[in-house]
Amino acid sequence: MFNIHPLIWLIPLPPLLGFLLIVLFTRRSHRASHSVALAGAGLSFVGSMVVFIKAVTAGGVADSSFAASINWLPTGASWLRIGVLVDPLTAVMLFFVAWTVLMIFIYSIGYHNFGQPIGKQDRPGLPPQGAEITEAGKIHRVPSVEPMYARFFALLSLFAFAMYLLVVSDNLLTLYIGWEIMGFCSYFLIGFWYGKESARKAGIKAFITTRIGDVFMLLGMVALYSVTGTLNFHEIFSNPETMTLLTSTLSPVLGLNWAGLIGLLLFCGTIGKSAQFPLHVWLPDAMEGPTPVSAMIHAATMVSAGVYLSARMFPLMSAGWHHGAPLTVPMMAMALIGGFTALFTSTIALAQNDIKRVLAYSTISQLGYMIAALGIGAFTAAVFHLVTHAFFKALLFLGSGSVIHGMEHGALHTGRHIDAQDMRHMGGLRKKMPVTFWTFLAGGLALSGFPLITAGFWSKDEILSGAFGGGHLALFIVLAVTALLTAFYTARQITLVFLSKPRSDAAAYAHETKPVMTVPLVVLALFAVTFGWVGIPHAFPGLGAISPAWFQSFVGSMLSPGSVSEVHSNIPLVVSILVSLGGLLLGWLVYRGYESALEPDPLQKRFGGVFRLLEHKYWIDELYQKVVINPLLWLADRVIYQFIDLRLIDGFLHGLAAAGVWLGNLLRSKFDLPVVNGAGDNLAGGTRGLGAFLRRLQTGRVQQYLAIAVACTAVAALIILSYLAKAQAGSG
Amino acid sequence: MIPLYWFLVLSAFLFSLGLFAVITRRNTIAILMGIELMLNAANINLLSFWRYLHAPRGDMDGLIFALIVFVVAAAEVAVGLGLIVSAYRRRRTVVANELDLLKG
Repeated sequence: MFNIHPLIWLIPLPPLLGFLLIVLFTRRSHRASHSVALAGAGLSFVGSMVVFIKAVTAGGVADSSFAASINWLPTGASWLRIGVLVDPLTAVMLFFVAWTVLMIFIYSIGYHNFGQPIGKQDRPGLPPQGAEITEAGKIHRVPSVEPMYARFFALLSLFAFAMYLLVVSDNLLTLYIGWEIMGFCSYFLIGFWYGKESARKAGIKAFITTRIGDVFMLLGMVALYSVTGTLNFHEIFSNPETMTLLTSTLSPVLGLNWAGLIGLLLFCGTIGKSAQFPLHVWLPDAMEGPTPVSAMIHAATMVSAGVYLSARMFPLMSAGWHHGAPLTVPMMAMALIGGFTALFTSTIALAQNDIKRVLAYSTISQLGYMIAALGIGAFTAAVFHLVTHAFFKALLFLGSGSVIHGMEHGALHTGRHIDAQDMRHMGGLRKKMPVTFWTFLAGGLALSGFPLITAGFWSKDEILSGAFGGGHLALFIVLAVTALLTAFYTARQITLVFLSKPRSDAAAYAHETKPVMTVPLVVLALFAVTFGWVGIPHAFPGLGAISPAWFQSFVGSMLSPGSVSEVHSNIPLVVSILVSLGGLLLGWLVYRGYESALEPDPLQKRFGGVFRLLEHKYWIDELYQKVVINPLLWLADRVIYQFIDLRLIDGFLHGLAAAGVWLGNLLRSKFDLPVVNGAGDNLAGGTRGLGAFLRRLQTGRVQQYLAIAVACTAVAALIILSYLAKAQAGSG
Repeated sequence: MIPLYWFLVLSAFLFSLGLFAVITRRNTIAILMGIELMLNAANINLLSFWRYLHAPRGDMDGLIFALIVFVVAAAEVAVGLGLIVSAYRRRRTVVANELDLLKG
């Protein structure tokens, strides 16, 4: 048996090293850059898998976690310690992060057209436009390689480092560091094609919006540190005294106890990172980034980090709560916001035509699901859904990327410009892109919770039964409606993209992408289907008897026994099957007859006004623009810039400068010119005049010198002699 | 015995003659000759003071002095003539007034 701890420390480092290598040395070579990135991701993958296997086998983390820490920052008398921690939550996070990250790295090679020629019109900061090659006398237009290929892999590696760091951290501080590095990478990768104004704006929007949440999160961390004196998860959660202190002491805000206040503040971080209402607006715009980025950052990992934070801090959020008791304030907030976001954004997803935007809203909605589940105390269900969602949503995004790629290929072939992401232009891709279709179907069914075979069904069913069993009927209904809508828009998406006939030339000439892109799809599809089977609950009719319900017992081992729901009922199960199948069927029925891209959406015909509302996302962006952004811009421009900056600060500085100039002129005319310059000039002039006078003595004639010397000597001799004579006369 | 001051008058006369030559002659060789006269005048002075004041006590210092002056005079003539020849080669003149490169 070897010691596992050093390996845990090492997990985040290879991608960081890869980032540095790419940035410093290999960025000119595409092959070297992606090799370095893949090697980094691969090493972390292997490390994660070893740790995961160690963690789930006998003597693993279910009984006691792997933890190690070192002194880091001296804080007065004590030290701030940082370290690593692997408990069941970390283990499952490591599992899905490692798999999705590796798959997305591989997929990116194909997505960025590695090995294709360089396009003539391609510029860094813009998506590649395609290149022309001449083959046997004919000119072909083919996809061209991404101009900033190495930069992409460098940023992706840095991101992977941050995600691993966040997962293995044993304290809030290093978690926060990883959290912020991810925010930075997210900003850079959303704005990866910075030549497009929309991409630039989306990057800034994502960064600033998540930052709002981060500020509150930081406040929560500060509060936690000042109350408990530590940020280490274990030291806080496993110490009954600390927990009692947190729950029994009132904070100065709103009459909450400290646990409630800190829980709320930390939850604000989750709201920003996981794009929950009201900070959900950045995630759909983040789809401006390349599709692997959408898959990795904005579906599988970074947005999951928000839910992970809430799950990680669950003991704090739920401090003082046990099953059947009224929810604590942070839990109430999570249930409300999560449930509302889930329903709210799933309605928006109904009316989007961009293939990636549908998935973006669906991501927000599913994250809301998890948050709501955490809010009602269904901890294992939330974590379960987190994992399954990461797999099938990464799959769906990568699948949509593959579809877009196929469509772009068709568009290059026909030479006609269309929006390759608009689902209305697609259709009939089932036959053109079979691998993409089947894997996308697996992901879509998992998302809509297709009964029994898909992972999404099991995790969603867990949440629904948690809500029902916990007696939160309203939330149960909200989540069931959300599930129905989810199934509906998934069916809409699959029908529009893959079924019926092509609705544009590009779709007619689309073809399957390369294996480097389809193989990751297949791998993720396997997980999207099978991962649910590790978490079939015991209470499930029939299958439950033979299921080990491994996930529940593994992750559930983190919780104290009182907080696990024991109520089981078949009502949520039936509802879950009904909404899933009903939604899928309804979606297919409504959209199978959609024939041409010019036709209005079938829903639009039926519910024009509501559809418009949904299409424009309830005008939330416009509302924020009017209520928040415009007043802030006005404040920044008129008050801060024009008044404070230009008038007050610049005025003061200009006044200071003018006074300085006046004083300088005064000194120059009254002191410098007459006194300093005068003295200097006169000294120099006097010396020069004296020299001119004296030079006349220097004739260069030796005999003259000699005559003068003789004369002087004679005079001197006369004087001396006369004195001597006088002295002699005096003495004599 | 001839009184001491006769010698001193002779010596002063010779010295003045030399000095006059040095100051007034244009030719540098003549100046050199004037210097020789002055040196010899000094020698006469030395020897006469020695003969009248030191020789009775048995000292030999005046003779030694005179000898040193001869050596210095010989060296001075050698160097001086060398300088004059060198200057003549460069400037094609031995007139002192024309050798005035050090004029200010």
